[in-house]
Amino acid sequence: MRNPNLKRLRRTMMFLNCQKPGLIKDPYIYKPDSIMLDLEDAVAENQKDSARYSLYHALKEIDYRGVERVVRINGLETPHWQEDVRVCVAGGADVIRISKTETAEDVHRVEAAVEAAEKEFEVPVGHTLLMAALESAKGVRNAYEICNSSERLFGIALSGGDYSKDLQTVITGTGVEFAGARQSMIIAARAAGKQCFDTVFTNLDDMEGFAKEVLMIKQMGFDGKSIINPRQIETVHRIFTPSEKEIIFAEKVVREIEEKRAKGIGVFTVDGKMIDIAFYDGSKRILSLAKAAGVYEGEL
Amino acid sequence: MDIKKSAIAGTLESSDAQVTVEPGNGKIDFSLDSTVIHQFGNQIRAAVLETLKRLGVSNVKITVVDRGALDCTLKARVECAVFRANDQTDNLPWGGAIK
Repeated sequence: MRNPNLKRLRRTMMFLNCQKPGLIKDPYIYKPDSIMLDLEDAVAENQKDSARYSLYHALKEIDYRGVERVVRINGLETPHWQEDVRVCVAGGADVIRISKTETAEDVHRVEAAVEAAEKEFEVPVGHTLLMAALESAKGVRNAYEICNSSERLFGIALSGGDYSKDLQTVITGTGVEFAGARQSMIIAARAAGKQCFDTVFTNLDDMEGFAKEVLMIKQMGFDGKSIINPRQIETVHRIFTPSEKEIIFAEKVVREIEEKRAKGIGVFTVDGKMIDIAFYDGSKRILSLAKAAGVYEGEL
Repeated sequence: MDIKKSAIAGTLESSDAQVTVEPGNGKIDFSLDSTVIHQFGNQIRAAVLETLKRLGVSNVKITVVDRGALDCTLKARVECAVFRANDQTDNLPWGGAIK
């Protein structure tokens, strides 16, 4: 059976350092859609083991109240990732985020380790979902095959810090250095029927710039954004939640298309706008996003 | 498990605990310094001793400096210190002795 969480709402994924008990004990109070418990870059090399014990007990004993628990594991080039996978599965993590993914084979390696761990710890096979962080030009070039690499993999995420280094540039704040990656990744993800997530915005003093970037990536088609601070959650959720006007219009479009289809009419107008079947999926998506965000209770 | 050498885990940051284990003298020698010792001293002691019991450690000198850690953090720090004292970082018994 397909995991029902493959397509859940993921507007915000908030990074938290697994090594810091004060950070991981109650992040659900800020209501992100997902938390990303980090075993990778945020954890010092000599504390990798320590972070795993904290992660295990947090997953087992803290009630995150429906917030999805993603764990970012160490890269496949390190000696850490296999034990990371074991502790994630044993603890019951919802998702493993694969760092520095460059090929479909990278996903297959992690998938095999996850399946072995699910059997070892008697977790239902298929429970642990995967997502892939693309952090290099090679990873972005292979985005489509990475998206199609596994039934467990629900999406891909741009990791801007390492990606900009690989391009031999720097993060400018204008987004120009990420333009190609963002466009390539969203096209690849949509072509494969997967989700796509944007990189973090690290300047917490520039909330206006942050809001502009969130609006841009929403318009590009992204499903959500990685975040580094609870202060960023409200902005993302506000921008990603359909407005009342959008919901009313989407509802009208869906109803009219269904009604007109039964009468054999293909093209018509709604509120003065020309509408045909091409608008159906987009309108349904707005309604399901609104429903998931808790602002629409209709039956469509 | 034996405590083969001294090992330390955790920090002195708020919500954390620093746990030090050293080879013992045939028993559990427990020492606690906590900002909340009057309210939670007994609970901290119970959590630490229960964790040591689950790990099969009965010969250890253990020092806990608590800064308001939850039980789950205390357990994590004790386990980390004990496994570090044995130089074991892989193939850990998640869900077994670590619970």
